[in-house]
Amino acid sequence: MKNQKWLVPTFYIVFLMLPIYWLLNMSFKTTNEILGTFSMFPLEFTLDNYKKIFTDPTWYNGYLNSITYVVINTLISVTVALPAAYAFSRYRFLGDKHLFFWLLTNRMAPPAVFALPFFQLYSAFELFDTHIAVALAHCLFNIPLAVWILEGFMSGVPKELDETAYLDGYSFWRFFVRIFVPTIAAGIGVAAFFCFMYSWVELLLAKTLTSVAAKPIAATMTRTASTAGYELGLLAAAGTLTIIPGAVVIYFVRNYIAKGFALGRV
Amino acid sequence: MHKTVNQKAWLFVVPVVGLVAFNALIPLMTVVNYSVQETFGDNVFFWEGVKWFEQVLNSDRFHDSFLRQLAFTGMILVIEVPLGIVVALSMPRKGPWVSVCLVLMALPLLIPWNVVGAMWNIFALPDTGLLGRMINGLGIEYNFTQQPVAAWLTTVLMDVWHWTSLVVLLAYAGLCSIPDAYYQAAKIDGASSWAVFWRIQLPKLKRVLTIAILLRFMDSFMIYTEPFVLTGGGPGNTTTFLSIDLVKIALGQFDLGPAAAMSLIYFLIVLLLCWVFYTLMMRGEEQ
Repeated sequence: MKNQKWLVPTFYIVFLMLPIYWLLNMSFKTTNEILGTFSMFPLEFTLDNYKKIFTDPTWYNGYLNSITYVVINTLISVTVALPAAYAFSRYRFLGDKHLFFWLLTNRMAPPAVFALPFFQLYSAFELFDTHIAVALAHCLFNIPLAVWILEGFMSGVPKELDETAYLDGYSFWRFFVRIFVPTIAAGIGVAAFFCFMYSWVELLLAKTLTSVAAKPIAATMTRTASTAGYELGLLAAAGTLTIIPGAVVIYFVRNYIAKGFALGRV
Repeated sequence: MHKTVNQKAWLFVVPVVGLVAFNALIPLMTVVNYSVQETFGDNVFFWEGVKWFEQVLNSDRFHDSFLRQLAFTGMILVIEVPLGIVVALSMPRKGPWVSVCLVLMALPLLIPWNVVGAMWNIFALPDTGLLGRMINGLGIEYNFTQQPVAAWLTTVLMDVWHWTSLVVLLAYAGLCSIPDAYYQAAKIDGASSWAVFWRIQLPKLKRVLTIAILLRFMDSFMIYTEPFVLTGGGPGNTTTFLSIDLVKIALGQFDLGPAAAMSLIYFLIVLLLCWVFYTLMMRGEEQ
């Protein structure tokens, strides 16, 4: 029994990889082949689908738009979450527990509830169809996430570190930037990764808040799927390309990923 | 950790509160505003009181999508949690395979949700998809775009594919934190592996599993994009969950009053669950 243990994770990983393999397989096929024949490998191997995405502005702009608002959102979320998480991890103040809970409720709020009011709010501020609108909207769930993750990491740093620094004559901000931030660098990395990720995978709000100028890649894909009949090969190629950013960065956070998903509580 | 009382700490929290409040409170007030009024266009509104709330709470449509939501959430929890524990238990504890397993297993979690839907659509299509071909090849008639049961099973399977790794990662992190001394003691006592699981591993996993179950509960309760791309809520309304139904009413039919009332009811349910989550998590932390 003991020797067969590896079978379980192996089967599980095969199950996880099958749909991804199929997507990859489709992305190298021509539309004719997809509709006409059924094969485990592309018979007429083609890169046309990828070529189209890299040359057609409506496609590659989708990627640029997504990356732009995701990066803006990550920067805002982590920057404002850092001092807040410090306050929660080190001090008690009026209403701190309620505030912490209130932040969490926003991580749990269904985006569908906010779709329409967000559209009106950002239209009123004339921010509709801009990157900053999506970046700010995603702050709704990413700031609470970043605060929770960072608070988890900061609580693991003993308070003596702060006290010694003050005794050595450091001012608060100098201590914070020079000593504290480098100490929790791993936590900042994980928080940034999770902000990046949740902003990258979210579609409902991003789609509602954009029309042309800031349209995310995910929305471009949905439109192709519904209007241009079924260009499955193109859709598969676009889908494959959206997997790459996550696949690249995941290696760096593999040991912390459980902590991130658990909002810094493991 | 002992925390000192310091009211100035509020200054550190102000930017966060400002940004989140802008995104959370203003839209929420808009929703409350719509939920008690009737409009015939041209920005003319009439006071309606609790009419929309009564309408939503008494409508079969809301009941149906709420029940579908509960059934879906129940099904994925029953599958994902035990499966996740089993996979985590049989994963290697050290060696080069740990990284390989962790990276490959986490991959589905990082794929944009609409791509997950599109991927499963391509994967499960009865004529061109691998899964569809395989099932039809076994002699079972399968077409998730037309058969309600097939649509349900495909949606559940997609969610299992997408999120079981979350349970695996959390359970694995929990297992790794059990000190070796516990296992050695069990070995000396001659405990069976079953006893080790029930007496040592499961009690130690209680905290991470609480988090895993509640996160999966919440996230599956607001699922929208994946089933929307996969089935569009169909065939008919068979896979129309709460969020899909809400977006249909709000952005599809533009029935602002009922949509707002439904939003608030939906949000209150989530808030209640959130409170349970918070209490359980904090209780675990204090112990």
